[in-house]
Amino acid sequence: MTALETSGTGTVPAAAASAAAGDAPHTPVTPNPRKAKLRMWAELTLFLGPALVLFLTFVVYPVISAARYSLYQWNGVEQFSDATFIGFENYARALFGGTDPATKSAFMTAYTEPFQAAFSHTIAILVLSLLIQLPLGLLIALVLNRRFPGRASVRVIMFAPYVLSEVIAGIMWLIIFDPNGVATRLVQAVGLNPPAGGWLEDQTWGFWTVFFIITWKYIGLAVILFLAGLSGVPQELQDAASIDGASWWQTQWRINIPLIAPTIRIWVFLSLIGSIQLFDMVWVLNQGGTTGQYSTIATYMMQIGFFRSDWGFGSAIAVIMFLLSFAVASFYMLVVLRRDNADRPKKVKQA
Amino acid sequence: MTRSRIATATLAFASAALLLTACSSDGDSPDTSSAPEGSSTAQGGGDEPVTLTWWHNGVAGDTGENSLGDYWDKVAADFTAEHPNVTIEIEQIQNEDLQRTRIPTALQSGDAPDIFQQWGGGELADQAQAGYLMDLSEPLAEDISRLGGAVAPWQADGTTYGVPFQFAVEGIWYRPSLFEEAGIDGEPTTMDELNDAVQKLKDADITPIAVGAADKWPAAHWWYNFALRSCSPDTMSSATSALDFSDPCWLDAGQQLEDFLGTEPFQDQYTSTVAQTGATSSAGLVANAEAAMELMGQWNYFVYEGFTDGTDEGIAALHEDLDWFPMPATSSGEGDPSASMGGGDGFSCYVDAPAECAQFLSYLVSDDVQRGFVEAVGGLPVAPAATDAITDPVLQEIAQTSSDAAYVQLWLDTLLGQNVGGALNDGVTAQFAGTGDPQNTVDLMTAAAATQ
Repeated sequence: MTALETSGTGTVPAAAASAAAGDAPHTPVTPNPRKAKLRMWAELTLFLGPALVLFLTFVVYPVISAARYSLYQWNGVEQFSDATFIGFENYARALFGGTDPATKSAFMTAYTEPFQAAFSHTIAILVLSLLIQLPLGLLIALVLNRRFPGRASVRVIMFAPYVLSEVIAGIMWLIIFDPNGVATRLVQAVGLNPPAGGWLEDQTWGFWTVFFIITWKYIGLAVILFLAGLSGVPQELQDAASIDGASWWQTQWRINIPLIAPTIRIWVFLSLIGSIQLFDMVWVLNQGGTTGQYSTIATYMMQIGFFRSDWGFGSAIAVIMFLLSFAVASFYMLVVLRRDNADRPKKVKQA
Repeated sequence: MTRSRIATATLAFASAALLLTACSSDGDSPDTSSAPEGSSTAQGGGDEPVTLTWWHNGVAGDTGENSLGDYWDKVAADFTAEHPNVTIEIEQIQNEDLQRTRIPTALQSGDAPDIFQQWGGGELADQAQAGYLMDLSEPLAEDISRLGGAVAPWQADGTTYGVPFQFAVEGIWYRPSLFEEAGIDGEPTTMDELNDAVQKLKDADITPIAVGAADKWPAAHWWYNFALRSCSPDTMSSATSALDFSDPCWLDAGQQLEDFLGTEPFQDQYTSTVAQTGATSSAGLVANAEAAMELMGQWNYFVYEGFTDGTDEGIAALHEDLDWFPMPATSSGEGDPSASMGGGDGFSCYVDAPAECAQFLSYLVSDDVQRGFVEAVGGLPVAPAATDAITDPVLQEIAQTSSDAAYVQLWLDTLLGQNVGGALNDGVTAQFAGTGDPQNTVDLMTAAAATQ
């Protein structure tokens, strides 16, 4: 409400200013530096203002608030002004059981270990996504890049899971992996036993079941991105390669994959950030598991912050998650994607 | 916030009106008299128009029927008919959304509904401590003494901050036909008899007990009941208010649960089973006679009905073959064997709500409205005078068990509040999943208590 109001008032003077600046649009632009500068600022305010206000209200302000809450012991019921300032104790509790020796061992089992479990699940999903989804997505994209009857429908089917809402897909898999569901019946039909604790709740199988669902859900994005990249690879290069006697594999390996490398790097970036923030699908599948066997940092944050009313601690987890994705994103932007940004002018020059 | 804005607006309007009348020559304006009428909404009392906002959890179920929501609509309409100056704006909100998101956010923002659902226990104590709740001890003094001990969970430090309209004990629902098939005579009254019944059912290839451990709390209720038998009433009340779980009886509760889990009384993959949704939920298993027993509150009567085809014959057929007995007594422990776990639903008034809020709550728990609640919704009333309206034999038995109990202990997760109560439920669920043990459950509670 307040955001809308502020953005509203923000645009009004901007619009007025731009109207004033563009008083005589039909006259040619005079080399009046003052007027040009005013015009530039008016345009900036008009076009960036509303977005900036929204960004500040709904992104920057909550991040700062979370960082502030994370320094307090706050149950979320009392007014924040009544919360107790405890410095970095929430972070200490999440990372190494807190600084108080009297409660250290209790906090280790109650908070540090579940957080470490959630953290390691998140990292495992991050790494496994790259190790499994990247080759798999690439392979499917390369196959679908060939012409064959029904190619369009296969492409649509591959992309369908990605279009489905997370909640609907999650509930669908919950039904499939129900103790008396299709998956159990199928496995029993071929004479095997389903995981003892249930597909999703079993201590060892739970994580892998969830990882399978995540792969099913998000592989479509990789495939569609890679296909888009492949469609930009000139046909002449492949023709030339085949004239030179290159096999299908050699063409892919030497020509197609290197040429879609920028697309792959962008997908890796999206996958990294998506893995760190993975929440909705895992939450729908029973909130990270009854004993947290497939919890992620985001579901643990929700569990402890909202459902256990430990808002300060939950905020500390949120900040840790923010820092992790910020670090990964910055590193990737600066080190890996920099090449893509630097490549372009070179190519232009060569051309 | 809204109210002060309205007041400011009214003030501005009033001064503008005054200015206008001052300017006009013939000043017998009716405008000036309308101004104070609007501005006095914040005062309450008297005949000035008052709007009460009311948030409750009576939402339509899968069948589209909403007997509770419809009944509250009627109660509000009856009350406003008698008090024409009062308008009641109702919002029906799904239970978990209401409890976990809507009410906490509304209380934080300072723009809370006047009347809202209140589950009692630790949550109420936290809200009272933060100064959000209206003290109802004075305006509802007569009602509180009429309703009796069931009000206790809605009190903190001797002050009443809410009133329950429903309170009931939990017990074990079972299918007599499956008991008969397994050759079990009579309802188990001790744990030994229950274990015996479990063995007989297993021998007859029937799943003895269904539990929705994926939702955590249905599993935790087994532990609560063992704790109720292990811990003396004094320990129960002092430990839960001081959050000190060093008494060995808490470990003993976990150990009794371990022993019980050792007999494998529950269905396969119980940690994947939810409590109420779908035919494979624990309620669905019992309703479809695929499991013989389930430990649950009185509400499950209606959850089971939801699994029938909805016709009167279908529901009658289910009622024919559905019965209830109290949680059996254990052979040891300091708790009273007739003590019961229970809980209920109530309402609180926001601290800034108009005085009519308390009047409305008083009306809501009056004997007549409580009787109507029994007849329309099939609920279990708090007002003793309304219990004679219960006609269903099973609900009568539950009401009888409540009144016969040496004492009724509020659900431990509700009593302990979200943080420690949540830790307890996590610990018990870990025991069910085989990753926890009695000590771990107590440790988790102790750790959570140390953070608040």
